[in-house]
Amino acid sequence: MPNVISQDGSIREDNWVVVPRPAEGESLDIPADQPALIPADLWLAGYEHFTGRQDIGVWFDSHDEPEILEGHVNELPVIAVNFPKFSDGRGYSIGRLLRERFGYVNELRAIGDVLLDQLQFMKRCGFDAYVLRADKDITKAQKCLNFFSQGYQAATDTDVPLFRRRAS
Amino acid sequence: MYVYDEHDRQMAAERVAQFRDQTERALAGELAEDEFLPLRLQNGLYVQRLAPMLRICVPYGMMRSDQLRRLARITRDYDKGYAHFTTRQNVQLNWPALEDVPDILAELAEVEMHANQTSGNCIRNTTTDQFSGVQSDEIADPRPYCEIIRQWSTFHPEFAFLPRKFKVAVNASEHTDRAAIQVHDIGLQMVRNEAGELGFRVHVGGGLGRTPMVGPVIREFLPEMDLLTYLEAVLRVYNRYGRRDNKFKARIKILVKALTPEGFAEKVEAEWQHIKDSPTRLTPEAVQRIQAYFTEPDYANLDNATDLLASQRFEHREFDQWLTHNVDTHKKPGYAIVSLTMKKTGTPPGDVSDKQLEQIAELADEFSFGEIRVTHQQNVVLADVRQDRLLELWQAITPMGFGTANLNTLTDVICCPGGDYCALANAKSIPVAEAIQRQFDDLDYLYDLGNIDLNISGCMNACGHHHVGNIGVLGVDKKGQEFYQISLGGSSHHDASIGKILGPSFARDEMPQVISKIIDVYVDKRTEEETFLDTYRRVGIDPFKERVYA
Ligand code: HEM
Ligand code: SF4
Repeated sequence: MPNVISQDGSIREDNWVVVPRPAEGESLDIPADQPALIPADLWLAGYEHFTGRQDIGVWFDSHDEPEILEGHVNELPVIAVNFPKFSDGRGYSIGRLLRERFGYVNELRAIGDVLLDQLQFMKRCGFDAYVLRADKDITKAQKCLNFFSQGYQAATDTDVPLFRRRAS
Repeated sequence: MYVYDEHDRQMAAERVAQFRDQTERALAGELAEDEFLPLRLQNGLYVQRLAPMLRICVPYGMMRSDQLRRLARITRDYDKGYAHFTTRQNVQLNWPALEDVPDILAELAEVEMHANQTSGNCIRNTTTDQFSGVQSDEIADPRPYCEIIRQWSTFHPEFAFLPRKFKVAVNASEHTDRAAIQVHDIGLQMVRNEAGELGFRVHVGGGLGRTPMVGPVIREFLPEMDLLTYLEAVLRVYNRYGRRDNKFKARIKILVKALTPEGFAEKVEAEWQHIKDSPTRLTPEAVQRIQAYFTEPDYANLDNATDLLASQRFEHREFDQWLTHNVDTHKKPGYAIVSLTMKKTGTPPGDVSDKQLEQIAELADEFSFGEIRVTHQQNVVLADVRQDRLLELWQAITPMGFGTANLNTLTDVICCPGGDYCALANAKSIPVAEAIQRQFDDLDYLYDLGNIDLNISGCMNACGHHHVGNIGVLGVDKKGQEFYQISLGGSSHHDASIGKILGPSFARDEMPQVISKIIDVYVDKRTEEETFLDTYRRVGIDPFKERVYA
């Protein structure tokens, strides 16, 4: 059962399971008694079946295109983005697109190789839940989310870049 | 020059605290080597052959005298008493201890300096022409835009883990390009459209390294206020679609080539349509606010000192040479732009001692409103010197070793640290530069040869920009031996081009002779007004090949 870090650094337990992409010819192995995150394209493929369910969310891999869910994002209780390697920065763009372009308002969760020093970027790109890699010290998350009290740019967390704040 | 306000100061202090915390966790074993790597690189910290190397950011090359003095003190207290000016207008320390780096950063922050994003796969220091703001042929002063880009790119949350490093350069002169914008990931040429409005011509996908390329134009006119939203669109397309499977194919140039410049431009335009009116769009007030930091210093009302200089030239032949070569025309009557050359034979190009840093600070205070600029040719510029004090300045700098009157000549070499310092090197580069400088020690002959860019790199990474040297030298490894490959015809200016390889490589001791033969071909073939590059472009590579491999 993963510990999930919230944007304010607090920690909660939850039981969402990430269902891996099934091998060719296999079907999705969705657990009966737990909420599950399934690959986004498969959710779309089984749209009739999945939409509106509060126990089914989706996940994107870093090379996936969030555009496929345009118009449907808010039908999902949770969207997760996988960081296959912490140095793969594509997930940050995916986060911002989901929030800023497609207007997603529910939970956006970072999964995969999620380390402490990347949390601050995830936070600014719209992620509000983080599943830290298990070997990392979760008690340091709050500090690492809050090294900076402000940023120069507009991003998901603020649409007022510093140059506009200075002007006012 | 830009001065921090409370926001900049707060973020700089928070950054120092963050890096201190990261370093402590790394030293305590809580961060694996590969996890700490990008964190320290984003703070300019490499681990090299001999020790860590710390690259300190000098935004678009501008520094104040108090900053120079602080650098001098840091090199004394934490290093071996010298520093190195790089080809991207930054400063490097070659021997700091890892555990001292947080303290060094704290000392830098006190004088509004930092090492943010001077390395790593993120947006690097934005560079520009060292003559910005003081030359008469510029469209507008590019430095406010560089500062605007600096602020936008600093700690940008979406672009901290790009496929590869990302460099932006801005040029504003109509006739020259001293910032080599066409070999940058993004090169911005300031232009005015037919309506007289200010904007940028956008080149994307230039770069050196393994696959050198001149960046194609992907937008002829980008209006001034759209600068940041458009950059954000380019970066987002690159972040999402740049290759991450192969480090050698990860630069944006490879993506631009794969999609074609037109295809890439379309993707950027499509992305940009979504964000062009977002709050990231600049406002005239925001631009004016930054421009207000780059106003003219308190110039005296002077006439050109033409007669005085003429008689001083007459009395001092060496001053005359220096004036001709190292001093440029200023937009303001009675003032001049002076380049201090860091290219004295026997000193590695760009190296300065702590004493010299302090001397430069003194010179800046005494002669140039307390400011200097670092150039990508690894020299230092005093941009605002009174003409009637040039002789005095020249007399002061000659004993300091900054007066070698070889600016832009063959011996004003751009050279990377190479095998003497760098773990990636195939060959040493500094001794080659020195041997060539010794071979061509006759200034009159150098002047007769005119402007020649000689650029030397110790390996394919091209830190010494060898591809864009009129003569480029690249260190290669041949069965464990150091060899050097020569290319001809490169240029980093408005007529940017990548040099062509001459042929099989040479041993180090052959190099001065080989360069001499190349120069001889030029001298034989040139017409009166031709530069080396002109002659090369007219006669092609064959005559050079024939002579060198005869
Ligand atoms: C001493 C240690 C150094 C190391 C290990 C090092 C390493 C590298 C590497 C690996 C690259 C290639 C990156 C790529 O292909 O994308 C590179 C590029 C570059 N380096 Fe260095 N470097 C060092 C010092 C310097 C110095 C002292 C300078 C300035 C004089 C410099 C200037 C540059 C520049 C301008 C490039 C960009 C070339 C391009 O556009 O691709 N480097 N460096
Ligand atoms: S060009 Fe190669 S040898 Fe020279 S500094 Fe760069 S990485 Fe080192």
